[in-house]
Amino acid sequence: MSIYFTKEHEWVKIKEGIAAVGISEHAAHELGDITFVELPAMGKVVKQFDMLGAIESVKAASDIYSPVSGKVVKVNEALNDAPEIVNESAEDAGWLAWVEIADEAELKSLMTREQYDEYLKTV
Amino acid sequence: MDDLLKVTPLCGRHEAAKALVAPFGGWNMPIQYDGIIAEHAWCRAKAALFDICHMGEFLFEGDFAAGGLEDVFTFSVATIPVGRSRYGFLLNENGGIVDDLIVFRLADDKAMIVVNAATAPNDFAVINDRLTGGVFTDISAGTGKLDIQGPLSRDVMVAAFGAEVAAIPYFRFTTMNLLGVEAIVSRTGYTGELGYEIFIPSHKVVDLWDLLLQDERVKPAGLGARDVLRLEVGYSLYGSDIDEATTPLEAGLEGFVDLAKNFVGKEALLHQKEQRVGRRKVAFEVNSRRSPRHHYELCFGGEGVGLVTSGVFSPMLGRGIGLGFVRPDLATVGTPLTIIHERVSMEATVCELPFYRGGSLRS
Repeated sequence: MSIYFTKEHEWVKIKEGIAAVGISEHAAHELGDITFVELPAMGKVVKQFDMLGAIESVKAASDIYSPVSGKVVKVNEALNDAPEIVNESAEDAGWLAWVEIADEAELKSLMTREQYDEYLKTV
Repeated sequence: MDDLLKVTPLCGRHEAAKALVAPFGGWNMPIQYDGIIAEHAWCRAKAALFDICHMGEFLFEGDFAAGGLEDVFTFSVATIPVGRSRYGFLLNENGGIVDDLIVFRLADDKAMIVVNAATAPNDFAVINDRLTGGVFTDISAGTGKLDIQGPLSRDVMVAAFGAEVAAIPYFRFTTMNLLGVEAIVSRTGYTGELGYEIFIPSHKVVDLWDLLLQDERVKPAGLGARDVLRLEVGYSLYGSDIDEATTPLEAGLEGFVDLAKNFVGKEALLHQKEQRVGRRKVAFEVNSRRSPRHHYELCFGGEGVGLVTSGVFSPMLGRGIGLGFVRPDLATVGTPLTIIHERVSMEATVCELPFYRGGSLRS
């Protein structure tokens, strides 16, 4: 399963037309202890790079943007009571939402893991 | 790193520990080591060690009344028994808070004044101007300060320095020999936990830091955890909750003001008391894990009624907590407030202080 990243440090993994979305390990580390995750509403329709949700840490609050267009079909409700899962497993168990992907061509505007790693050296 | 920032004698230790370091009050200070939440939890459960060398210390030697020191602060220095300390304020003519501070009565004619880092140079000038005698010295550069805070801090200190420490009651201190030098061990702190503030010559701070960390019950904690800890017990932070434009009456801190004595700013406070304050500090709990933050707007009935001055996620309460200022008629427990910042909105309720009551402070 391929993973793609945005410049705003979200990741997306595609499987059978469904995109799992989260924030990168780098972003989770930079935010520090995550204390609150605002999940999108089920059924919400987002455009690529629209706001999907928000994450708060002890240090900062930041918005999360959707890497792809589509409809939210599942949210990670475990994060409501245990947002620290994002710190522990940002690119796996700490996923935020599943988005039914509208246009796979949008993935071309995202970065591969290798490209993202290179990008991190510049920010 | 900014060349203008000052560093404490422990900067090498913080670097070696890979602490996240950031500017605070003109100093480059450790914000976190392992993580703010983990350090907070360690302080509430065990013993946390804080580098507080940035704070300012002044020494006054002479007759308190004749030297004018008695009229400088909002409380009497002359009535502090030797071996005890007292918290209060240095005010401007308008009753605004120039700084909050603690005075330690070292001897009949000797007091140490401990002030915030960012305000220290101005504090020294303001106090010096008001004095009419005595010898007033800024001893900050030569004075190191470590805080050890947490329910196990007494056991740690006794193990390191003997039973003498165990006998110190809350808000008292003792002068004792640590590592071959004279140090002040004070049963005070900023966390709501049992703990000590240790003043020691700065050339011995690194040795004291290393010695205390040899005890496995002790871990270092940064200013990030310190801010969460102090807010959970409702202590004001100078520069955020109180400042030169805020009086102790507005800030709900009149308990540290003795209106029966003379001090600069007293007339303004008496006048404000008569006119009633225009705003009043409140504490509030958010109904979710969202964190209020400095300068978020406080609203009541759809109308802006004030600003948040401090806010944080409280690990002990599992929700957001904060301090702010509102119209006095709204400063009553139970008042519902909405906190707004850009698109974010959260519901909160005015509550009593402290937010967290389970601390080991007086144990």
